[in-house]
Amino acid sequence: MSTLATAATAAEERSGQPLVEVSDLRVRFRGYAGREARALDGVSMSVGSGEIVAVVGESGCGKTTLARSILGLVRPSSGVVRFRGEELSYGARALRRYRREVQLVLQDPTGSLNPRHSVYEAVAEGPRVHRLKDESGRVARALSQAGLRPPERFALRYPHELSGGQRQRVVIAGALALDPRLIIADEPVSSLDASVRGEILSLLLQLRDELGVSLLVVTHDLGLAWNIADRIVVMYLGRVVEQGTTEEVLHRPKHPYTRALLSVVPEIDQREPVVLAGETPDPCRVPAGCRFHPRCPALASGAAAAAGVADDCVGTPLAVLPAAGGHSAACHLHP
Amino acid sequence: MAVTSPVATELSDDSTPGGGSGGLGRFIGLRLLSGLGTLLFVLLFNFFLFRLLPGDPAARYRAVKNISAQDLARIRDELNAPVMEQFWAYLRDPLALQGISAWKGQPVWDLVGGRAWPTLVLLGTSTLLATLIGIRVGIRAGWRRGGSFDKVSTGVTLLFYATPEFWLGLLLILTFSSGIGPFPSLFPSGGVIDSGIEPLSMAGVVSVAEHTVLPAVALAAVYLAEYSLIMRASIVDELSQEYLTTARAKGLMDHVVRRRHAVPNASLPTITLIFLNIGFIIGGAITVETVFSYPGLGLLTFEAITEQDFVLMQALFLVFTVSVIVCNILADVAVAVLDPRIRT
Repeated sequence: MSTLATAATAAEERSGQPLVEVSDLRVRFRGYAGREARALDGVSMSVGSGEIVAVVGESGCGKTTLARSILGLVRPSSGVVRFRGEELSYGARALRRYRREVQLVLQDPTGSLNPRHSVYEAVAEGPRVHRLKDESGRVARALSQAGLRPPERFALRYPHELSGGQRQRVVIAGALALDPRLIIADEPVSSLDASVRGEILSLLLQLRDELGVSLLVVTHDLGLAWNIADRIVVMYLGRVVEQGTTEEVLHRPKHPYTRALLSVVPEIDQREPVVLAGETPDPCRVPAGCRFHPRCPALASGAAAAAGVADDCVGTPLAVLPAAGGHSAACHLHP
Repeated sequence: MAVTSPVATELSDDSTPGGGSGGLGRFIGLRLLSGLGTLLFVLLFNFFLFRLLPGDPAARYRAVKNISAQDLARIRDELNAPVMEQFWAYLRDPLALQGISAWKGQPVWDLVGGRAWPTLVLLGTSTLLATLIGIRVGIRAGWRRGGSFDKVSTGVTLLFYATPEFWLGLLLILTFSSGIGPFPSLFPSGGVIDSGIEPLSMAGVVSVAEHTVLPAVALAAVYLAEYSLIMRASIVDELSQEYLTTARAKGLMDHVVRRRHAVPNASLPTITLIFLNIGFIIGGAITVETVFSYPGLGLLTFEAITEQDFVLMQALFLVFTVSVIVCNILADVAVAVLDPRIRT
């Protein structure tokens, strides 16, 4: 970690205030036939200044909904998002001001760029909306920061003339043009070639080190989280099931779900692969008790019964994990 | 919407390939060439088609009263010549400028010219109506898909889309022109202008407007429905595009996202369709013009067919095919100007 980021973290620790904090966030969507999907079912987490947090989980666990609610693109049914301690308000002006500070980078750079806008227009859009001065200077700076150098070589190109990695750099430049404090990246490299992934990841790390930007990286890939994150938040079916520093979560995982995920990641220590049985989670039908119990290997193997918590696993709901509080897991067996 | 602001140009580099006007110029050149090829084929086709049709053109000419003996003699010579000789003469003068109508005995291009402006007035009015209303309705319906506006407008436009325009025309004549029940006779029917009025005078413009309202509405209703449905579908396709999310995340308001990102990208299919339709309406307003006795090219076509006037038909076919070809080229060029992906 660079000195700047360390300083930022130190400053945050002194003030005791994270950059973004969500508490007990719930988002419900109405599905077909009156079924209600609990996309987020009580999530508390935070991102400090200059910190890189990875939100990890299977598809459908609510990680993208979490990212969108932090951006204010999805209005939560209950719970609050706080930015620098201030509650996010959803008025048009307030949201616009907020979106200078928090920016989004999506998975598919081809889809996130308007095919009819040149690179210049794509990057200049943010500064134009917020009526920032020296538009062309900002665009040139953002392009160089995103590694598109020299910027004038790229400004008048169109997305279809660029490679996937270059497109993702344009998207990142579009975010950087607003000098955000937090960039939310939803699967930022999963649509890219393996050779380009490393480049984009090191770009993200470099942005944190040089600009002190915080990052919230949403991913299904624990290996990626291992590579760049300071802290990891593991989600399952709309809840955080485990969180802690990357070291803690990946070397001393508590929750059986995290262990199962880790067991199939080749980069991290070799464990006996645990293949999760049972149906994939359906946010319309959240199981009673611990929401992971139908698929839990610890319950199936009898480990939970041996510890005398098997009844709790099936019947006693777990509390929402608090945002602060170090390494913690929502599990009856490994609290 | 290639907004090239001065600052962007400042940032530009001459060596940047693609996206320049050179690509566009080349594209237009190629398109014109292929249009010319099509036109050549149409010219040949047009010659043989009317010589393969049954019927006796000479018999038609004899029935014409006001044709001069000189013209009649020339036509007789032309029709008696071997086909290859006729073809040669046609190639030298493919527009058949010397052609005499077998129905009126006048040069055909005088007839076509006199009927062209009412069709252009009708076409312009109905296209303007259909485009302005149809696109707006489609955008609004698609942007709030499944909302109450969408439900009502999709129902109504589907109904219009399924309505034959001549039938709608008859209903309009019944209610607004002949005066039925409580409705007085609001608009005249038949003709494009009251007789004895100069078209370019103030009274002439009013008279033309009065005569054009009903046929324009009948024609516009159908095309409006088509534009609205296509526009709605394109907007719905756009809704799931991630660059809309990116734009929102940058702080753009909903209506700005719609105006700046969704609508320009969604309008390409509709723009193509509008140009193609213009090409077809020039010749395709036959039913509407006939129902309203509106003296345009459509009605002229109907008359040429009933009078078996081959020369007039040949001239009209040429006008229609040329207009379709030209509009096709215009559509392609318009889309290329609007979409950088096509010209490179």
